[in-house]
Amino acid sequence: MYQTTYHRPSSVDEAASLFAKGSDAKYLAGGHTLIPVMKQRLAAPSDVIDLGKIKELVGIEASADTLTIKAATTYYDIMQNADVKKSIPAISYLTSMLGDPAVRHRGTIGGSIANNDPAADFPAALVSLDATVKTNKRSIAADDFFKGLFTTALEDGEIITAIAFPIPAKAGYAKMRHPASRFALTGVFVTQTKTGDVRVAATGASQDGVMRVPAIEAALKANWSAGAIDGVTISADGMISDIHGTSDYRANLVKVMAQRAVDAAG
Amino acid sequence: MGVEGIGASVVRKEDRRFITGKGRYVDDIKLVGMTHAHFIRSPHAHAKIKSIDTSEAMKMPGVVGVLTGQQLVDDKIGNLICGWAITSKDGTGMKMGAWPAMAPETVRFVGQAVAVVIAETKNQARDAAEAVVVNYEELPAVPDIRAAIAPGAPQLHPEAPGNVIYDWTIGDEGATDAAFKAAANVVSLDITNNRLVPNAMEPRAAIAEYNEPEEHFTLYTTSQNPHVARLVLSAFYNIAQEHKLRVVAPDVGGGFGSKIFIYPEEMVALWASKKVGRPVKWTGDRTEAFLTDAHGRDHLTKAEMAFDKDNKITGLRVKTYANLGGYMSLFSSSVPTYLYATLLSGQYNIPNIFAEVISVYTNTVPVDAYRGAGRPEASFVVERLMETAARQLKVDPAELRKKNFITQFPHQTPVIMAYDIGDFHASLDAAMKAIDYAGFPARKAKAKSEGKLRGIGISCYIEACGIAPSKAVGSLGAGVGLWESAEVRVNPVGTIEILTGSHSHGQGHETTFCQLIADRLGVPISQVSIVHGDTDKVQFGMGTYGSRSAAVGLTAILKAMEKVEAKAKKIAAHQLEASENDIVIENGEFKVAGTDKSLALPMVALAAYTAHNLPDGMEPGLKEGAFYDPTNFTFPAGAYICEMEVDAGTGKSTFVNFVAADDFGRLINPMIVEGQVHGGLAQGIGQALLENAAYDASGQLLTASFMDYAMPRADDLPSFKLSHTTTLCPGNPLGVKGCGEAGAIGASAAVINAITDAIGNNKLEMPATPDRVWHAIHG
Ligand SMILES: Cc1cc2nc3c(=O)[nH]c(=O)nc-3n(C[C@H](O)[C@H](O)[C@H](O)COP(=O)(O)OP(=O)(O)OC[C@H]3O[C@@H](n4cnc5c(N)ncnc54)[C@H](O)[C@@H]3O)c2cc1C
Repeated sequence: MYQTTYHRPSSVDEAASLFAKGSDAKYLAGGHTLIPVMKQRLAAPSDVIDLGKIKELVGIEASADTLTIKAATTYYDIMQNADVKKSIPAISYLTSMLGDPAVRHRGTIGGSIANNDPAADFPAALVSLDATVKTNKRSIAADDFFKGLFTTALEDGEIITAIAFPIPAKAGYAKMRHPASRFALTGVFVTQTKTGDVRVAATGASQDGVMRVPAIEAALKANWSAGAIDGVTISADGMISDIHGTSDYRANLVKVMAQRAVDAAG
Repeated sequence: MGVEGIGASVVRKEDRRFITGKGRYVDDIKLVGMTHAHFIRSPHAHAKIKSIDTSEAMKMPGVVGVLTGQQLVDDKIGNLICGWAITSKDGTGMKMGAWPAMAPETVRFVGQAVAVVIAETKNQARDAAEAVVVNYEELPAVPDIRAAIAPGAPQLHPEAPGNVIYDWTIGDEGATDAAFKAAANVVSLDITNNRLVPNAMEPRAAIAEYNEPEEHFTLYTTSQNPHVARLVLSAFYNIAQEHKLRVVAPDVGGGFGSKIFIYPEEMVALWASKKVGRPVKWTGDRTEAFLTDAHGRDHLTKAEMAFDKDNKITGLRVKTYANLGGYMSLFSSSVPTYLYATLLSGQYNIPNIFAEVISVYTNTVPVDAYRGAGRPEASFVVERLMETAARQLKVDPAELRKKNFITQFPHQTPVIMAYDIGDFHASLDAAMKAIDYAGFPARKAKAKSEGKLRGIGISCYIEACGIAPSKAVGSLGAGVGLWESAEVRVNPVGTIEILTGSHSHGQGHETTFCQLIADRLGVPISQVSIVHGDTDKVQFGMGTYGSRSAAVGLTAILKAMEKVEAKAKKIAAHQLEASENDIVIENGEFKVAGTDKSLALPMVALAAYTAHNLPDGMEPGLKEGAFYDPTNFTFPAGAYICEMEVDAGTGKSTFVNFVAADDFGRLINPMIVEGQVHGGLAQGIGQALLENAAYDASGQLLTASFMDYAMPRADDLPSFKLSHTTTLCPGNPLGVKGCGEAGAIGASAAVINAITDAIGNNKLEMPATPDRVWHAIHG
């Protein structure tokens, strides 16, 4: 690791102003992505600004229509939370499948979506549930937030403060775990909104990161059942192909995981 | 046996130390004035070094020295050696290219060291390493066997035309061809034995200290065989004379073979410690482990088996290409030859066997022994063939095996090995019973009705362990003898120290070796300690690998014990005024049989050391040594059966059951044996389902971290059901055979046989990832 200056601000505003002062500052949440990259000397931030201790960034709130998870809340806290289990159990399940206990105790929802790894789980939940990403500057719809591999709509120094999930009628997640990293080899999140709309998002599959799956959305809108997806063909074009899964295998997984997610959603 | 004797599941003495963080590994050692080394490694698989500019690095804070491969050459430091000579079928020797510890001219794999920075701190060394400028001219790379043997392939070493190191054969080609001509049925199979990264939990590390006035070196290193390290370092590398080099291998966190070999980093640390006049420490990180630890396996094989009309095997023909990487590691040449092809008879009566092995250079890290070393590859070939044959001949795979089992011992195979004893029916029957083999068809039908694909797979392995009779391996080209030595020291107060040339890096010797003493003398194991891993303390030793520590190492201890006991009996008889022949040893006492006269061990020991009243002419003291050279290999064998269910939608395989019935001869500590089997099975299953060292076309290692290299985790594995069927090894007095490698040798074929049975497609390579299984199901 290179020399860096560590800061522990106590408010979002203080964090933003520290960021502005640093020549090449980075926010730190759980550190499970940033710290390994620094240890490998692939990142050399001048300043590391820890968001994890900022009280206004931690916590979960639920209303009748919305579940709000603040950005620096850990996966473990999300998984255990009674409001999450009640309002969107698929999110609780998703976190239970994410990494291992160490990852779940450190990693945060904000860190995950800011990083936008093409195989991360949460982007699929955000897109499928039509969540809104709240930052210290604005609100961004999930569809507009994720911009391809490791790229988001965040501006330099912008801090994610919370994610607001509309509470759906039904939602389910199914994930085929990557044999080594246990990220999503492919994961599919399906949602039926309270107004009857259907949104389906897949992660780990596309070379462009998280994606909507319109063919499956159409099939499920007509008939919310796993069987309704039987006739859908998913093209392997643009899918990731590597030693762990070819593009046609991933295309198949999009379909199979969607079916299992529907079964899980009930 | 007593509560702590042979056969007792005594809790491991060493675990308290490890569990409470009090183990002492190389990286825990800090010497006064110690500096830190960081290696500059090639980012290219094949390149010429045009220049190395160290001038900026030399000016960096804390830098003590920057050394390059050319300086090694200038100082006449020897190239790395290969310790086993293999002769090609045309009578020529190995075509071996030079492997300098740091490359002066050409790099042949990604990660090969070209220079080293020595600095006050680890971070300073790393900072300065970034300032070393190496200019490479990239050359075309051959990342795998097929590329290496392709016509016109780039040449790695001028010594090895066509990148072929040797083309070796074993067995009778003519007789085998004739058997195939006369065969009623022939079964053939193309097999890839996937390349693996050993991944011991503790990465390799070394600390070297040079004492200038004494011209003496000390090397602390992560070694499975410190004496072999000293021998090789002194005899071949021109670094130090043997008596001026002490090698210490303290607690070592796993080896699996990868820490047998002497690596460039150890050589450079020694050499550099003299050059900079300060102790030099190097601790590898996980990336370096992936890139530079010797990998395992990596074979391409075509195998054929001939059967007569009664389904008796009449011949086996095997052609294997083995990838040895960019250079020949210490025992690399023997792994795909004498440790592989000599086991191709499996548990079966095969009258004719012929095998050809062609070893090749590629632009990858060297390949050498990894848990099982050659024997997993052999077992996989034989057991995949048997399963394939059963399917092709439409007979039950268990019946086909039984029909061909060797039942008479000793049995001379056509490929050197003479099996001393075994009962293959007993282990297969035990495994079939444990898994309810008879009930499988009903279970399969039920699974099918639920939309699941279920399969069962058998693997009957045999291995040659207790490595090895020195004369035999010498005649086959080994550069060393493979005996073991021991010394038993009874201290004046009756406590006992056992000095052994075996080295424990997870095997539990500190417990099992004490159990022998407890068994013989009836003293508690707390009165016994095991001394190992230090060339200044232990007389000599060949180390631990090849499941040899019980069969060879412990037998050496037994031999020394017998001498100690004989002398102690003489002393006791003298003191008790009895005849030596009437003395029996019980519960730590020397008793005159049939009387109530006795002398406790401490009193005997004290008498030996005070020497006030010893038999006339007897030397004082109670300490004896022994060297033990086995007369044959030992032959652990067993049957593994695994039942799996495959999800046709995802291709994911899940274990329903995994049973093992092993014959290891006598068990010293059944709990430790169980642990060894569990670990071996995990590695065998890892190879079958998860692990794969993959290089891309340019020779970059794609799986250079745990994010891409899938190590088995606990939840990837079933709860194993183990059992033992025992035939005592006649070759050593303890009747032990060895258990360290069995799981890794036998497991993978059982898994692949089960999955291919489930999906009804025999074309499936390891690792059987969900992706591959899905393709095998759906085409
Ligand atoms: C072994 C292992 C297994 C894993 N398995 C999975 C898995 O199965 N599924 C999965 O989805 N992920 C997995 N991950 C990734 C894990 O979820 C990471 O923790 C996550 O990607 C980053 O979250 P973090 O809180 O650790 O972020 P950090 O590493 O601290 O930060 C990551 C990036 O986000 C930025 N950032 C963090 N918080 C904010 C914020 N509030 N506003 C703006 N920018 C911010 C940081 O500046 C940094 O650039 C795994 C990681 C590991 C190490």
